[in-house]
Amino acid sequence: MGKRAAIIGTGQTNHCSSREDVNEMELVYEAATAALKDAEMTIKDIDAVVLANMELFEGRALPDMWCGEGAGAFMKHAFKISTGGTSGTSGAISGYYHVASGLFDRVMVVGFEKHSEGDASGGMALTDPFWDRHIAAAAIGNFALSVSAYMADRGVTEEQSAKVAVKARRNACNNPHAHLQMPDLTVKEVLESPILAYPVHRLEMCPQSDGACAIIFASEEIAKKRCPRPAWVRAAVTRHDHIYLGEVKNRLSTMRSLREAAKAAYEIVGIKEPLKEFDVAEIYDPLTYAEIAWYEALGFCKDGEGGMLIDGGVTQMDGELPVNPSGGVISTNPVGASGTIRVAEGALQIHGRGGKRQVPDVNLALVTGYGVYCWSDVLILSSKPY
Amino acid sequence: MSDHVERMVLQGKVDMHFSYAAGKTASRFFVELRDRQRIMGKRCPLCQRVIVPAQLFCKECFVETDEWVEVGPEGTLVTFTVVYHKENHHPKEAPLAYGIIKLDGADTSIVHFLSETEVTKLDHGMRVRAIFSEERKGHILDIECFRPV
Repeated sequence: MGKRAAIIGTGQTNHCSSREDVNEMELVYEAATAALKDAEMTIKDIDAVVLANMELFEGRALPDMWCGEGAGAFMKHAFKISTGGTSGTSGAISGYYHVASGLFDRVMVVGFEKHSEGDASGGMALTDPFWDRHIAAAAIGNFALSVSAYMADRGVTEEQSAKVAVKARRNACNNPHAHLQMPDLTVKEVLESPILAYPVHRLEMCPQSDGACAIIFASEEIAKKRCPRPAWVRAAVTRHDHIYLGEVKNRLSTMRSLREAAKAAYEIVGIKEPLKEFDVAEIYDPLTYAEIAWYEALGFCKDGEGGMLIDGGVTQMDGELPVNPSGGVISTNPVGASGTIRVAEGALQIHGRGGKRQVPDVNLALVTGYGVYCWSDVLILSSKPY
Repeated sequence: MSDHVERMVLQGKVDMHFSYAAGKTASRFFVELRDRQRIMGKRCPLCQRVIVPAQLFCKECFVETDEWVEVGPEGTLVTFTVVYHKENHHPKEAPLAYGIIKLDGADTSIVHFLSETEVTKLDHGMRVRAIFSEERKGHILDIECFRPV
């Protein structure tokens, strides 16, 4: 085990479909300065900077080079993590490793994306040149492939999926940073939205957002001095599955990488009954069906019972385990930041700074990231250092 | 000065070209497709899986594959979708049907187009067969698509 480390500050931009009032570096600056303010620090206090971004979506090679100074990287130890959708959680895990290694005491992680400037479908088209590129229809088509298998395998219904969309967009109304806030959304409206790729409807997918999110990690001594209620990182695990879709066995049903990452993280912390033991979860839900599949992979219920959790209201704000009080990725998706936002939202809940989306008495938070076709990150945050 | 200012948004475009080396194993896979209309996999000496398309090494056992095996041309449709929305970079016009196909004799599956674009005529577990292109170039699209048997 490394040295103890905690999140002591977080900051987010207002996420929306187009932030034409700032360029990408200024967007990063906005999140970084918000996190410094939250942690009551200045940039002089920061030893190292980690950036997280998708690359290519905005047509900029080396986004760390073009945007790093917005995170205060000038004359500091700084580099970038780019692992697709997991970029933001992998960036946070990297920030944690920096402090846990004992080599750095105060590290800032900034995830960012400015979808409005780019061509996400073009970025997604730059997959392996021999196999996928000539056939697969980017993220939505590839998700739809897994969803149709998952529905056939587990009997999850369209209505259950639509309920996840309604929960997410209603929760988002309590989050001033969220992109899609839809207080009156209904199951009927979700299912009447156009089918993008069978069986996935438009309102079941995440949006594309502009946004950035920053997190500040600190060593034990500094965290105790500077933060009344630090969010201690108790576990941080990454697992990668195959990248060729033909090799991934029944992606959503097995979700091997998330299952394995969760198992390892639960073992580190001693979690036996995740549904009972966690007070809140912020999970990376690129679309509604994934959230239901993640319930199963994360052990909130048995395989095949994910739909029943959403039917029973178990994961609503007033349920046994509120999932995504922020509205989740389904409501807000600046992809390089989406994972960082999950970690920040988990930490916020422990800090007690969640405002209208605060869940009462959060001591243990589960956070996940999901990337490319089958990569997973799991973090467990706690109000207690051990 | 007022904060109100006209928002300037610049347009950008880059024309880029690349040359990707397939490597000896995928090259042979493509040559077999082009010249003999055969779909080839390679077996892992440790886990015994026949991996398709053929690959130099097994990514689970991390050892080189050693035995060439012909698979298909028939197989089972593991899953499918039909894409209706349009994106600039989609490989085909909508409706675009594609799926994951487990070829007979293979332990992994391949991703490919389906000839049938009516969802009601597709099903998980149905039998499909590779249709080869008339003009073959040594490319994954030397298989035109898979057609329900």
